[in-house]
Amino acid sequence: MSAPLLSVENVSAFYGSIQALKGVSIEVADKEIVTLIGANGAGKSTLMMTIFGQPRAREGRIVYEGRDITQLPTHEIARLRIAQSPEGRRIFPRMTVRENLQMGAEIDGGQHFEADLAKVCELFPILAKRIDQRGGTLSGGEQQMLAIGRALMSRPRLLLLDEPSLGLAPLVVRQIFEVIAELNRQGMTVFLVEQNAFHALKLAHRGYVMVSGSVTMSGTGRELLARPEVRAAYLEGGR
Amino acid sequence: MSAPASTLTIPGAVRDALKVGLITLGLSIPILAVRTDQNLSNQIVLLPRWGLVASAVGIAIAVRLAYLLLAAVRQARGGALIGSLGVRLPAQAGTMFARAAVVFLFLYPVIALSLAGTGGAVKWIDNFGIQILIFIMLGWGLNIVVGLAGLLDLGYVAFYAVGAYTTALLGKTFGLSFWLCLPLAGILAAFWGIILGFPVLRLRGDYLAIVTLAFGEIIRLVLINWVPVTNGYAGITGIPRPSFFGVPFNASDQGFSAVFGLPFSPLYRTVFLFYLILLLALLTNWVTLRLRRLPVGRAWEALREDEIACRALGINTTSTKLTAFAIGAGFGGFAGSFFAARQGFISPESFTFMESAVILAIVVLGGMGSQVGVAIAAVLMIGGTEILRELDWMKEIFGSGFDPTQYRMLLFGLAMVLIMVWRPRGLVSTREPSIFLSERRAVSGAHVREGHG
Ligand SMILES: Nc1ncnc2c1ncn2[C@@H]1O[C@H](COP(=O)(O)OP(=O)(O)O)[C@@H](O)[C@H]1O
Ligand SMILES: [Mg+2]
Repeated sequence: MSAPLLSVENVSAFYGSIQALKGVSIEVADKEIVTLIGANGAGKSTLMMTIFGQPRAREGRIVYEGRDITQLPTHEIARLRIAQSPEGRRIFPRMTVRENLQMGAEIDGGQHFEADLAKVCELFPILAKRIDQRGGTLSGGEQQMLAIGRALMSRPRLLLLDEPSLGLAPLVVRQIFEVIAELNRQGMTVFLVEQNAFHALKLAHRGYVMVSGSVTMSGTGRELLARPEVRAAYLEGGR
Repeated sequence: MSAPASTLTIPGAVRDALKVGLITLGLSIPILAVRTDQNLSNQIVLLPRWGLVASAVGIAIAVRLAYLLLAAVRQARGGALIGSLGVRLPAQAGTMFARAAVVFLFLYPVIALSLAGTGGAVKWIDNFGIQILIFIMLGWGLNIVVGLAGLLDLGYVAFYAVGAYTTALLGKTFGLSFWLCLPLAGILAAFWGIILGFPVLRLRGDYLAIVTLAFGEIIRLVLINWVPVTNGYAGITGIPRPSFFGVPFNASDQGFSAVFGLPFSPLYRTVFLFYLILLLALLTNWVTLRLRRLPVGRAWEALREDEIACRALGINTTSTKLTAFAIGAGFGGFAGSFFAARQGFISPESFTFMESAVILAIVVLGGMGSQVGVAIAAVLMIGGTEILRELDWMKEIFGSGFDPTQYRMLLFGLAMVLIMVWRPRGLVSTREPSIFLSERRAVSGAHVREGHG
């Protein structure tokens, strides 16, 4: 295997004195979908934010495209064409859909705005209908689509998604996962954080399982789906 | 007061109002009915004030009746009367209103002159026109920081003070003209904005408010105590007044009147100052509207909504905040410079926390980010308090010792409470998108929760 696009090497991160990540190592290769599953509070979102330098990794390093980005300021990491749709979507509620998407395009100065807007609207036709509506008035699913669309506006090479299925109806979840698969077919690398383990593992090429700040298992999506521990903990309603 | 009963009859309403009147009477007797005074031999004498009590009771009854009537009308309409009272401007109406207002402002001195004559016009142009425009400009300046970038700044008056003292000191010490001092004051205030911005970069909301409040007080205390430079409480007098492109406004042979062959009158300077502050305010507005369409303006608004999301989108929140502080402060500095040149005299008393509070109230009441709303709020708040000086007829009702201006703060507070009850998002709560697909459409804020929707 060639050098991975993103590698997280032995990273530990803290909130004050509380250790949220305990020496986590993860690799994401180019054009791959990698998922990270785990229970609530396992540290999945923390890992995603640590890649963006918030909180910063106290130990270990994060390498992207062969470059150590561990100490880079958050906004500069975003300029390396890593985009994220954060947990809870975090769209700008008082700004219109179009303005939200414009914020995503800010990184490359908005030169490709119209073309990228058309692309996003093709992926999520509902956004075209809501284009002049306030972000805060969209439904949960639409907001999630907007958050993903906003991330796509920066033409990322690596897309980080934190629980895009959170609180959404199954039909909407399926639609969003189809878009993720489509993006990947077009060459996008995706790192997907999910609690919805079944869908995520079916979609992903590879997966990691996180428990209390440590990665406990890894393998292809299919392998993990077949593991009895995974089934017991994440698929059959158990803990 | 409790909400009125569901079925309202006229006798019922009258009975209700009379009850309120009775309560008012009961409250008035110990509070209002007698005034203690001293006579020549230092004895306390009691002066009855039954007229005042009667007025208070009358007002209470009238207000209660009006309230019941309003409630009845609202019920008849099946709901939100109060909502329909508010300003819900469609986008076009907003622009048209703004254009009409600007035209009116340009004609205002002429209108004042023709209606009030040369003698009376100075008061209307100066006390109302210039005073309100200063606060509109300050409101628009603070709007960049609070309304757009969402950084709660309770010490904005500090930048106003920096601008004023810059103009005063440069003008007096180095003899620089107002036209040189004006840009320098803006630049220096912007510089102080950045100095304040650095330590508060990581703060938000209440914490930011406290630090900016302290900053405003520090500036004021420095002005008071650095006597060799600022002359302390006594203030600075004899600040050079602005000239008409080099022609001073005085009675000399080189003065404005003499040069233009007009009889001397203080009116020319007042009218000139009016147009000057009008242009400065319009400049503030123009720059703000421009910036809103640029990436930095969008970044301010996004920052107000969600700082973490901003950073994740590659926005440098540090420089975004600092530009908001600097530009907002710069306009405060311009306004301060104008203030110093208009008054010819400044002292720390003009830059108390009260001024900051009034400017912030204008921004909040105006609707946090709406330019038109801020202007309307400034007219209501500042115009309202100036109107109080004109209410001498109230002495007829409340007795000769009654001074309406003393009730300024009380009415101020009352107005704030009422507006916040009726229009919790400010007078103009619609936010104009900075970009449109096809047609302009106002996007109402009424149904959107603040924060994460
Ligand atoms: N801002 C924060 N400050 C302090 N502790 C936090 C913060 N965010 C998360 N944590 C803690 O870190 C741990 C991991 O949280 P998180 O990464 O959000 O988990 P997950 O996304 O897997 O549900 C949890 O114990 C949580 O309480
Ligand atoms: Mg999470």
